[in-house]
Amino acid sequence: MLSEEERKEIEAECALYEHRRPATSEALKIVQRHRGWVSDEAVKDVAEILGASADEVESVATFYTLIFRQKVGRHVILICDSVSCYIMGYETLKEHLGRVLGIELGQTTSDGRFTLLPNACLGVCEQAPAMMIDEDVHGHLTPEKIPDILSRYA
Amino acid sequence: MAVLYVDNQPHEIRPHEVGKNLLKVCLGLGFNIPYFCWHPAFQSVGACRQCAIKLFKDEHDTKGKIVMSCMVSAKDGMRISIDDPEAIEFRARVIEWLMLNHPHDCPVCDEGGECHLQDMTVMTGHTYRRNRFAKRSFRNQDMGPLVAHEMNRCIQCYRCARFYRHSAGGRDFGVMGWHDRVFFGRFEDGVLQSEFAGNLVEVCPTGVFTDKTQARHFTRKWDLQTAPSVCVHCGLGCNTIPGERYGSLRRIRNRYNHRVNGYFLCDRGRYGYEFVNSPHRIRQPLLRENQAALRPISAQAAITHLGNLLHSGRAIGIGSPRASLETNYALAKLVGAENFYHGMPTKHLRIVRAMLDVLKRGPAPSASLHDMEKCNTIFMMGEDIHNVGPLMVLSLRQAVLQKPIAEAAKLHISDFEDAVIREAIQQEKGPFFTGVPGFTKLDDQVTQAYRGAPHDIARLGFAVAHMIDPAAPAVEDLPVERVQFAQRIAKALQDKKPLIVAGYNCGSESIVRASANVAWALRKKGFAAHLAYTVPECNSMGTALMDGGEIDDAVQAIASNGIDTLIVAESNLYRQLSLSGFDTILRRIKHLVVLDCLPNETTAWAELVLPAATFAEGSGTLVNNECRAQRFYQVFSPAGDVRESWKWLSAAMVASGRAQSEPWPDLDAVLAALARDIPVFAKVPGITPPSSFRLMGMPVPRESHRFSGRTAIDADQTIHERPPEPDADTPLRHSMEGYPLQPPASLLGRYWAPGWNSDHALNKFQQEIDGPLREDAPGVRLVEPSGGQPSAEALNIEYLGLVPPAFQRRAEEWLVIPAYHIFGSDELSMHSPGIAELAAKPYLQLNQADADSLGATPGQLMTMTVESAVCTFPLKVGPGLPDGVVAIPFGLPGLPGVALPAWGKIRPAQPGEPTGVRQA
Repeated sequence: MLSEEERKEIEAECALYEHRRPATSEALKIVQRHRGWVSDEAVKDVAEILGASADEVESVATFYTLIFRQKVGRHVILICDSVSCYIMGYETLKEHLGRVLGIELGQTTSDGRFTLLPNACLGVCEQAPAMMIDEDVHGHLTPEKIPDILSRYA
Repeated sequence: MAVLYVDNQPHEIRPHEVGKNLLKVCLGLGFNIPYFCWHPAFQSVGACRQCAIKLFKDEHDTKGKIVMSCMVSAKDGMRISIDDPEAIEFRARVIEWLMLNHPHDCPVCDEGGECHLQDMTVMTGHTYRRNRFAKRSFRNQDMGPLVAHEMNRCIQCYRCARFYRHSAGGRDFGVMGWHDRVFFGRFEDGVLQSEFAGNLVEVCPTGVFTDKTQARHFTRKWDLQTAPSVCVHCGLGCNTIPGERYGSLRRIRNRYNHRVNGYFLCDRGRYGYEFVNSPHRIRQPLLRENQAALRPISAQAAITHLGNLLHSGRAIGIGSPRASLETNYALAKLVGAENFYHGMPTKHLRIVRAMLDVLKRGPAPSASLHDMEKCNTIFMMGEDIHNVGPLMVLSLRQAVLQKPIAEAAKLHISDFEDAVIREAIQQEKGPFFTGVPGFTKLDDQVTQAYRGAPHDIARLGFAVAHMIDPAAPAVEDLPVERVQFAQRIAKALQDKKPLIVAGYNCGSESIVRASANVAWALRKKGFAAHLAYTVPECNSMGTALMDGGEIDDAVQAIASNGIDTLIVAESNLYRQLSLSGFDTILRRIKHLVVLDCLPNETTAWAELVLPAATFAEGSGTLVNNECRAQRFYQVFSPAGDVRESWKWLSAAMVASGRAQSEPWPDLDAVLAALARDIPVFAKVPGITPPSSFRLMGMPVPRESHRFSGRTAIDADQTIHERPPEPDADTPLRHSMEGYPLQPPASLLGRYWAPGWNSDHALNKFQQEIDGPLREDAPGVRLVEPSGGQPSAEALNIEYLGLVPPAFQRRAEEWLVIPAYHIFGSDELSMHSPGIAELAAKPYLQLNQADADSLGATPGQLMTMTVESAVCTFPLKVGPGLPDGVVAIPFGLPGLPGVALPAWGKIRPAQPGEPTGVRQA
């Protein structure tokens, strides 16, 4: 069940549109902001609020890679694998991150702290190679900088 | 005539094809252009990139540019190339890329051999796979008993999602994911909720969606014996292609009739066929002697026995709206017209006759399903259309888009640009008003609905008619909010193409009369109103066009006049009569003779049972809801003594001494007699060619030229090749041999053309794409308004009166109304396992306030006494039902035919009271 606060925020989004269904993506973002990810249960709840079917909400939810339909860690690392970052050392960085965290792309650390995901361009080619943790972009990365950055995310 | 230059050759195209998309125009000219996402019923989106061709500016342009033919309008003088090397190369690359993840599992795929993807792959010359990488794979979903899902075969053409959501209005299926993990399916496993889900099997160009019922007795397309047929599971008369092998019916596919069902069927029509294969089928005549059990006897002994019964004593006959015209006519001739009664509930007969009266008097004609699609304003009275005339839903869904599409046209959007049109019109819909006794699945299309009891719906209709033309009878004491609603409807209906929908759902003749007044008032004002009626059975209109008594009169005659023999043709009296009426017949009649295909409550009491052919095993004529007579042909010769009922009755004529020789030795003879005796059927023989019809001296084969095993099919029993089963009734043959080319449309039992093995071969059989078939024969309409459709000034309309009083709820009694179910209310399809699995379970339904007033909760057993029946069923709470009204499902197995609406009493069931129906 969605919380009263989530429902209120979704209703506020709905008020901006002529129909309720265009608020689908925003509603999913609201749920994810509160819970870190969107469960099957939450998809059904959002559908009910919007007068949509679960299938219709799922179509939107699964279209966007940054709507997480599986449980993720407390912090999500999006490592950029676009052309610029690839040239500037994405692969070394990815292997290093994987070694430090003990996981591969698409996995979550056993303590539930980090999930490591690839991302096709963070839009900061001038800082390549780059990654994003939660809302923060980290550029000009080298393996040496990694431990310090990670330590900021409990 | 306009000219289109294709590869420098001029081709004439019809003026109205200018502005249509090039793919459609070129296919119509006979060219082969591969395509996936385009479908004539849902137009172009330009998604698959497969139909690429070259477009040239003028005759001097040698370079040209690649365009998607489905997205470009044809223009006079336009120059295109299909065979341009770059276009060929482009199409080959596209299909290679679409095929990257395809599993190439054709030998184990049910679509193999009739697969559009196979055809297109061969057409583009993609014969060698170069991709060495792993293919993506999916977990398939369980989508219920009718449709199988194998997502790995998907090429992402999006047709399934477009059909399911846009055409059929389903909301529990769609497209998930992105990139190379696009998935077409449901949020979670479960039965597809749309009544039209079975069309995915034909809409999908490959084997993602296949027929789950066919999989249990799978046969390739070319091994099936097929013939043109008509669906028997509701009154709309959709055209079908049943396929048989080894004596069992394997599947039903859509048969295109541009006036009726176009490209689609409902799931009851597609999957109801398995009753033909039921292990309970009656395959031999059965006789009961000295109150013993029914025992098989020979056909000759049965005919002799029936002859003896008819020879002595008085006999009457009860026909059936699910039997052919020929059978009903033969029975009426055998017992005499004055002794012939209609085998449908009296209420149904009166409603259908009221409809016929309205359609005969005119001036508003009945609309075909195709006509309905083009209407732009709808007023529907009393119908839960998903459950009483399912395919009409697809037409109504098109009709509500007509006004928004006309608006979109003002933005210079071509009429084939589906995605652009949908973007432009968003959720706009044309005016669609309903008066219904509860919520329906079509409510999301409706502008405004009134929910009331049948009488109040009729009163709303009468009021609308009066507001359009004050000469129509007025309605007294209508509440002010309903007056306003009626005014709104009356205003909206005064448009170019209004459609008035009514039918039998509420069991109300008043609604039919009201619908007539509305349509006639509109005609008088100069608006081209059409009427669309639903009818209960596949031949309700046809039998109602014949003279005959009501079934309750038959009970009266039996109760009072000492009638010895009752012959019942393909009708289960238990479903047509109240329990007491049924009981009267069983107690009073000495000899009960029943012709039917499956055992039921009536055959259980019969003295003589004769095995009747189903639609697939016999030939005959049915008249649909718009009074269109259509022929269905025998698909295969049945095992045992099964034959058409009219053949049994014809033989009985001789055995009883009522004729010297069989009056109707074949179908043509019975049709000729029918046309001679009953003038309204004069055109019925001519709707298909006579049995003597030949093409280049040859009959038309029911088996394809690739039919396998002809010489070996009986090898386990005999080394001799079985001779073809004889067929004296039709120009068709149970054989591979015969006329090898395109027969006339009325004899067309399969679509195949070189290079086109799938249903898409239909392209090659249409005069123009999405138009009539070649040598079209869409059936013959038997009833048109008398005196044609005169101009508004020349009209002299006598409006129908008898405005019913407003519904008053009673203190101790409830108005019981029928609730029809697409899966459950039809008698024969309930013998098909897939349909039976999805069928509704019996219930009593009240609205919340009424349930509260009885202190009852959902699921609690309630007992209702109505007429002579006591029913104990669980309570369902249904929103939208009017106060004081209770709904019970109609026609579920075991439920007797109570004439609804009727007044009944309800109370909570006592402990230990058994569920079910019993006599009071």
